[in-house]
Amino acid sequence: MPKSRLNTLVSGLALFAALGVAAPVMAGKDNNTLNVAFAAEPEPLDTYKIAGRQGLILARHIYDGLLYKNLDTGEILPALAESWAYTGDLTMEFTLRQGVTFHNGAAFTADDVVETLNTVITPEYGTRYSISVDWIDSVEKIDDFTVRINMSKPFAGAVEMLADALPIYPHEYFAANGSEGMARAPVGTGPYRLVAQEPGVLYEMERFADHYAGSPKSGATIDKITVRTIPEMNTQYAELMSGALDWIWRIPPDQAARLESRVQIISAPIMRISYVGFAPTSLDGDSPVADKTVRQALIHAVNREAIVDAFAGGGSQVLNTPCNPAQFGCAQDVTAYDYDPDKARAMLAEAGYGDGFDLDMVFAAMPRPVAEAIAADLANVGVTLELNEQQYAAGVGKWRAGELPAFFSNWGSYGIGDVAFILSNFFGGGGDDMVQDADLAEWLTTADTSTDRAVREENYTKAVQKIADEAYWMPMYNFNVNYGLSSDLSFTPHPDEFARWWQASWK
Amino acid sequence: MLPFLFRRLIVALAVAIAVSALSFALMFLTGDPAIAIAGAGGRAEDAEAIRIAYGFDRPFVVQYLDWMGSALTGDFGQSIYFNIPVAEIIGNRLPVTLTLGVLSFVLALAIAVPLGVLAALRPNGILDRFALLLAVTGQAIPSFWLGLMAIVVFGVGLGWVPISGVTTWQGYLLPVMVLAYSVIPALMRITRSGMIDVLGTDYVRTAYARGLPVHTVLLRHALKNAILPLISLAAVQLGVLLSGSIVIESVFAINGLGRLAWESLLRSDLPVVQAIILILSLIYVLLTTCADILNALLDPRLRGAA
Repeated sequence: MPKSRLNTLVSGLALFAALGVAAPVMAGKDNNTLNVAFAAEPEPLDTYKIAGRQGLILARHIYDGLLYKNLDTGEILPALAESWAYTGDLTMEFTLRQGVTFHNGAAFTADDVVETLNTVITPEYGTRYSISVDWIDSVEKIDDFTVRINMSKPFAGAVEMLADALPIYPHEYFAANGSEGMARAPVGTGPYRLVAQEPGVLYEMERFADHYAGSPKSGATIDKITVRTIPEMNTQYAELMSGALDWIWRIPPDQAARLESRVQIISAPIMRISYVGFAPTSLDGDSPVADKTVRQALIHAVNREAIVDAFAGGGSQVLNTPCNPAQFGCAQDVTAYDYDPDKARAMLAEAGYGDGFDLDMVFAAMPRPVAEAIAADLANVGVTLELNEQQYAAGVGKWRAGELPAFFSNWGSYGIGDVAFILSNFFGGGGDDMVQDADLAEWLTTADTSTDRAVREENYTKAVQKIADEAYWMPMYNFNVNYGLSSDLSFTPHPDEFARWWQASWK
Repeated sequence: MLPFLFRRLIVALAVAIAVSALSFALMFLTGDPAIAIAGAGGRAEDAEAIRIAYGFDRPFVVQYLDWMGSALTGDFGQSIYFNIPVAEIIGNRLPVTLTLGVLSFVLALAIAVPLGVLAALRPNGILDRFALLLAVTGQAIPSFWLGLMAIVVFGVGLGWVPISGVTTWQGYLLPVMVLAYSVIPALMRITRSGMIDVLGTDYVRTAYARGLPVHTVLLRHALKNAILPLISLAAVQLGVLLSGSIVIESVFAINGLGRLAWESLLRSDLPVVQAIILILSLIYVLLTTCADILNALLDPRLRGAA
């Protein structure tokens, strides 16, 4: 349906172009305002409670973390902290930057770091992703510009987390107003400050003139950013083509191709990957996918190349690993399963399923045509896939309850280039692990808690290789995001899906 | 009249309670709200923490009674997603939806009723054919398509109106017209068929025979009788306009109640969904009750029947 809607829209526009009717031009370049639209409503702007990318992008313009990661070089840069060091196995010390001011004029000191982090680690605060803060035991003030973080457990992702994912709030304001107050009137040290908002609907930001010197987020040139929620993508296209919008994203591949002639379209790979997870322990182990040969046969049966070409678009590629090749620890020398239906049939016969079988598969947050293509390929080797599309919550609920032998969905690793943020969740022995492989859990725990890169790499490699050997997952492909931009705008996308508008400028 | 009113109000209240209980149950059938709130990157541990924090681990009936108890005192609780009071969010969104719904309704009536009456005067005449064409296309064209086409022509092409949003009054023009067009066919056809029935009756013939002018016969004698089914239908259609403008609100990026309900359902924001359902069911009940009362006033025969 969306495709046919676009067809009508585009042909309608073509008609107008042919009639010589000029569209009004109200480009944001003229008043140095970046006009942005999201399809989904941003959450309240307390970073610690946000799950969606839209809210997090806004929050990263308003707040700063202690550190910052330059994704182009992989380098961790000082932000609110000038320097830092591990002072023990479980302690890190930070020397803070002086002369930083918050949007409300308050001066940044160690009290802000201590108050913010000590508050958000309490269970009562309800930080959305426990993984982001559960490694912090407590934060101490050494002097006005030195703090120490005491870790509750070794966590290799600590530095990644401190790099802009854990923002620092002004302590007096935060203590007085709490999470709700931060969301109502956010106050940070970031390159933009929020001047007006209608929650979920409209956000207006202005460049913060007193943003601290030496910030890794410095150099913003655009004065104002206006963000609106426009749920219907076709309406976004119309606004973009008329010049009322300068920046939209997540345009489906087929529609991006059609828009290309009229606006600036850029495409960039991201961390998110899609996968079919097999659950050997589901249905009390009484399912064909409990058999390794069957799982391998299923992967041989699916023509993933063809599926990627037809549906994924852009720079997506077939994956052999349960992680994005761009992530640290995602070794690529693993068993690969090429498309070979004859071999699949032979393997199924060998496993005692010569007559095929029925298999339930739920798919969530994935396009139906892709799920249907998988089903068609499997039908070709005698396996009848009972497809069921569900909301992510419903699907993952069944998965965790052990009622689902196969689940087709995707995982974004929080945009972080480290396999710690994907493997451990699905294979580390926790609530999402439907494989319960003791070897994997052990290697992953070792890798996740070590600070030695070589040790981590070695253990992740073993895990990735075993997951491929055992065919616990059928990895599908990595995602791309298509951005639609005003032709005047220069903008560089990043694989973590965090738009950095402070780096954007007009051509 | 009083016993009639009393009976209607009891039924109305029962309907509202039944709807809210059913919708509460349905929310839990569509998936675990804790997982939905944890989001696509949520781990099993995150969902568990949310389950306890929001009390989703308690028995279903206890949760419902807890909500109902607060709702009866006017406290709809906090939105899980926005972390602000539900009443505040609805207070922000309701005016837009009311404006849109009422304007569309008035426009639809202003077109449908005269057109229906005129069409009934000469069945199969040229005006009737035109009305039929309007009705058939109105029923057949999906409103999202009509909305997008209107955007292409008047917003992008001619640049007369804003493409989306209702920050200015011009922003209401397209959505009101598109929304009105979706209810015109039903209203017009029921006016037309009602008028045709009435115009064939003896008393209308008698009225003409007495030499009364056409407009008096039409408006005072015929329309008053033909309007009864129209009132019932119009009440339902106004309810539809107020609660069911999700598609139009999406196309024109209008942040009203319909879209809020839809989005809240997807993110399992139970307090918001429950409050909206309660409000909308009350609106429906109120509208149908008003229609019944209006009909009873116009036609004494109906007073005993409800």
